[in-house]
Amino acid sequence: MSTSVPTLHTIVSLPDQSTATLPKKHYINNEHGLLSWLLTGDHKRIAMLYLISITFFFFIGGAFAGLIRLELLTPQSDLVAADTYNKFFTMHGIIMIFLFLVPSVPATLGNFLIPIMLGAKDLAFPKINLLSWYLYLIGGTLTLAALVLGGVDTGWTFTTPLSTHYLNTHVLTAATAIFIAGFSSIFTGLNFIVTIHRMRAPGMTWFRMPLFVWSNYAASILMVLGTPVLAIAIVLVALERLIGIGVFDPAKGGDPLLFQHLFWFYSHPAVYIMILPGMGVISEVISTFSRKRVFGYTAVAFSSVAIALFGFFVWAHHMFIMGVSNYSALVFSLLTMLVAVPSAIKIFNWAFTLQKGSITFETPMLYAFGFMGLFTIGGLTGVFLGSLGMDIHLTETYFIVAHFHFVMVGGMLMAFLAGIHFWWPKMTGRMYPESLSKLAAVVTFIGFNLTFLPQFILGYLGMPRRYAAYPPEYQVLNVLSTAGATVLGVGYMLPLLYLGWSLKYGAIAGNNPWQATGLEWQIQSPPLTENFIETPIVDYEAYDYEWLEKKQREEVTTVG
Amino acid sequence: MGISPVLWQFLVKWLHASALFPAEASTISPYTDALYFFLLLMTIVGLILVGVLIFGFSIRYRRERSPVATQIEGSTLLEATWTIIPLAIFLVTFVWGALLYFRIYDPPANAMNIYVVGKQWMWKAEHPGGQHEINALHVPMGRPVQLTMISQDVFHSFSIPDFRVKREVIPGRYTTVWFEATTPGTYHIFCTQYCGTQHSGMIGEVTVLSPDDYQRWIQQSTSGMSLAQNGERLFASMGCNACHSGNAAARGPNLAGVYGSKLTLTNGSQVLVNDAYLRDAILSPSQHITAGYAPIMPTYQGQISEDGLIDLVEYIKNLQSNFRVQQTLMTSESNQAAPTTPTEGTTSETVKP
Amino acid sequence: MDNVIATHPHTHETAVPAEHEHVVLPQHRHHFETEEQQREAGSFGMWLFLLTEIMFFGGMFFAYLLYRNWYYPAFTVASNQLNVPEGAANTAILITSGFFMALGVWAAEVRKKGLLVVMLILTTVFGVAFLGVKADEYHEKYEKHHIPGSSFSTAMFTNPAAYGLKEEPLAPDMAEHTQIFFFLYFAMTGMHALHMIIGIVILFWLTWRAHRGEFSAGYVAPIENFGLYWHFVDIVWLFLFPLLYLINRHPLK
Repeated sequence: MSTSVPTLHTIVSLPDQSTATLPKKHYINNEHGLLSWLLTGDHKRIAMLYLISITFFFFIGGAFAGLIRLELLTPQSDLVAADTYNKFFTMHGIIMIFLFLVPSVPATLGNFLIPIMLGAKDLAFPKINLLSWYLYLIGGTLTLAALVLGGVDTGWTFTTPLSTHYLNTHVLTAATAIFIAGFSSIFTGLNFIVTIHRMRAPGMTWFRMPLFVWSNYAASILMVLGTPVLAIAIVLVALERLIGIGVFDPAKGGDPLLFQHLFWFYSHPAVYIMILPGMGVISEVISTFSRKRVFGYTAVAFSSVAIALFGFFVWAHHMFIMGVSNYSALVFSLLTMLVAVPSAIKIFNWAFTLQKGSITFETPMLYAFGFMGLFTIGGLTGVFLGSLGMDIHLTETYFIVAHFHFVMVGGMLMAFLAGIHFWWPKMTGRMYPESLSKLAAVVTFIGFNLTFLPQFILGYLGMPRRYAAYPPEYQVLNVLSTAGATVLGVGYMLPLLYLGWSLKYGAIAGNNPWQATGLEWQIQSPPLTENFIETPIVDYEAYDYEWLEKKQREEVTTVG
Repeated sequence: MGISPVLWQFLVKWLHASALFPAEASTISPYTDALYFFLLLMTIVGLILVGVLIFGFSIRYRRERSPVATQIEGSTLLEATWTIIPLAIFLVTFVWGALLYFRIYDPPANAMNIYVVGKQWMWKAEHPGGQHEINALHVPMGRPVQLTMISQDVFHSFSIPDFRVKREVIPGRYTTVWFEATTPGTYHIFCTQYCGTQHSGMIGEVTVLSPDDYQRWIQQSTSGMSLAQNGERLFASMGCNACHSGNAAARGPNLAGVYGSKLTLTNGSQVLVNDAYLRDAILSPSQHITAGYAPIMPTYQGQISEDGLIDLVEYIKNLQSNFRVQQTLMTSESNQAAPTTPTEGTTSETVKP
Repeated sequence: MDNVIATHPHTHETAVPAEHEHVVLPQHRHHFETEEQQREAGSFGMWLFLLTEIMFFGGMFFAYLLYRNWYYPAFTVASNQLNVPEGAANTAILITSGFFMALGVWAAEVRKKGLLVVMLILTTVFGVAFLGVKADEYHEKYEKHHIPGSSFSTAMFTNPAAYGLKEEPLAPDMAEHTQIFFFLYFAMTGMHALHMIIGIVILFWLTWRAHRGEFSAGYVAPIENFGLYWHFVDIVWLFLFPLLYLINRHPLK
């Protein structure tokens, strides 16, 4: 381990952060004034704007989750009226899905990093990027308007004919909000696809791109092709509410199942829109903290695209007991089993990336491990639900609730936090306090399991979802779940606090505190507005740690 | 099932006693539970495998013990392995699940039928003998029971967790589910599809009775008129008997014995006459004209409730001869209204008209 | 100026490699390395956007497919109520409009400003003509009580003889389903018309900019990309017309 033979180390000594200084000019201090932020075209500033917005909505959605769990402490519907409870879970779903999970990684980390990872100066359409943020804000504001005006209680799934003919709440407002937020998503995806196809730096071939770019690419395909179908479904619901034609009304010859098909045709790919970018983060984090190229790069890249492709053909597994034909049920069940396989491939590839690596356990890595365990459970419980006979008993119960929270919260949200922590030094130039962040990761993990594992049991027992009141024998498990939710809430508050703290008081990060590969780590932290001083020429593979180590040997070793 | 029945019973009963597992109260339940345990096993094995890999590699290759990482591209063999093995396991799950699905949704031929109408926010069960129940269902043990269900308003879903059966109850068409209860007792009925304000209040109890107790219950709770009798009354009062009188020269086809037969329609297609067909034919007759007849039947959409439709369907199901049809034809032509019957256990809502 | 959003002040010390073969156009966006890249990216972006539009209209086409299959008699009779001469005229108008747009793209490419402006104006005029005919058709529907909703009347379908129509009368339950046909008619042509209105507004803007010479000095991307959009709107109509107007016409009967 002597420094005279540096090739024996894959990790060169981490830069001495006590000597690091913030660069003089970067994208944050480049221009001043509120308008320079509100009218920016800089993808990094837009990413930061998104980060602030989605954090805001996350905590609102989280507050609703807290209220739900509070009501469910007791078997009776005693905390709030049943109608109010229905509004709680509707708002929780709408906000968390459309205003948090769908934009989370793409609009913050994706926006920030994809141009840099490709060696470009910005995304293809900066103005559309900004428009995308404003559309998101309008969608969010309309959602809050629906909330303030009295709430909406259709459930985030807007099932007809309940939503078209049987409710007097602010369905149109909420539907419009989602319609507009959908365009935000479409434009983000469109921007990514064009950028990835057309703006890669010289030498950056498809198979030299970081896997984070691959997964965002796959998610973007889903965003662009799937979201418009949700848009039309919502338009039809709105029209049916407004003028009363019966396109979904059986009394007038319409078919409510048509809505289900149109809705789930988007909403199933939507879950892959939510998870794929998170999987991209995990690839980056595991690779960095094992000091190794991701095992089976090609397999992981193709599995992202495979998930996107197969993801379009499984939507009716949300409708197995709704009266689709047996033939239809068989086909969709089979396809669902197929779409599960690429995710399994990824998990094993990540696990084997650890083999023969040189592993450290910083906070992003802890979140990544949490992801792998929880996503395994969540994903496999999806197989339970894809199995027809099993689905009959489990569908519409808390088993479903547990399943999707395992993949979305245990999976996606952990991946998001992993990514935020991993790239925080790059985006802000600051390090966060490591021991506190590790504590938060562990607290979140424990809280999560305590909240959602009991829900699997509740589901098999038969407790239905969206119930404000339940039979008394289910209470113990519900109390456990609520207790877990409290712990989970603490776990999520902590990052808000210490990340905010780090903006002013955190240690200076330097260019590459993790000694990671990737173009983003070769530039200053925070980056310049134009990202690169000169266009990089890429003549090495992704995750090339040997290249990195050689480069560092040839460079001066001071930081900042 | 490959596991000792004693061990199985012990496991399931112990879990159930700890309020962690539902009762196994129908013939299907053990099959569902078997698949569930297989899937649980798969998940636990998968989790342990992933956990062992992660923890094993993390400890063995942590920085202190492995300062230099070895760059590895991949391994096609491993990729193939962890593609094929999960795929195989998932395909086994698919086949098993599909078989279970057909077991649950294909009723045996001798199943007794009970109609269920779901509406915001209650379940109405209608036995063929005329017994009506709200948010309750009495069934005999040891006999297959089929539920023919429809909603009067929005999507609901009828679920009996202890029987492991569930089916969506939708407006506009019948859905069915069947079960055979094995153990006397009471079990939960839930509505599991969100349907508005009192969704969590749309619950009930299914009471499984021994065959003798069930007979006693039947006798006690009969409301006087069976569904078919009610249907007969409607058949006359709504004027169906005018065209469907059973005469050779009648304007409408003979309905005696038509249930269960294969009918040829005017457009040449063949249909099986089941509950769904009968209901559709009443509500949108122009698409269900029997070959050889003119399309003159008016639609009854909006004029008859789901309860009324059930009565008519039940009546036609059991119609073997047109003798009484002819009789009621004469009665209805004499403008005498049929007597109404006080029905036990129903709401204030009466069957239209 | 189309550069409404303040970007970072750009000085040429940063990375714009000197392209000796091409003149750097004033509309060159500095995150693109070359003019070529900018043009290709813009074009690709527009194609992708059109793909999303296909998915959007696709939902309605799917609903049409379903209900036409179930209620064919109602659909044929209702479709016969649409005005084929007006529909055909609109088809011709829109194709002509597309032709002028294509000529406009060519004019921009060969830098003929006057011709470009004329073509854009003609495109707009024909587009507006299309909408005018559509408005007339919608008005006719209103008079006949064929607009879905509370004022919808199926009298013309249950009793066509009373209205002088040579149709088979529909049974009342089938006649109800004509409302679904008309709903799809209004939804699909209405959504199409909305896209045309948006296109016409953009045309006004582009015509004004063309008049100022912005597109006749080598920078043709907005004209080309708008041309793509306009042709797409045209193609959607080419599907709508036969599906809605020509379901079961027998002109020789």
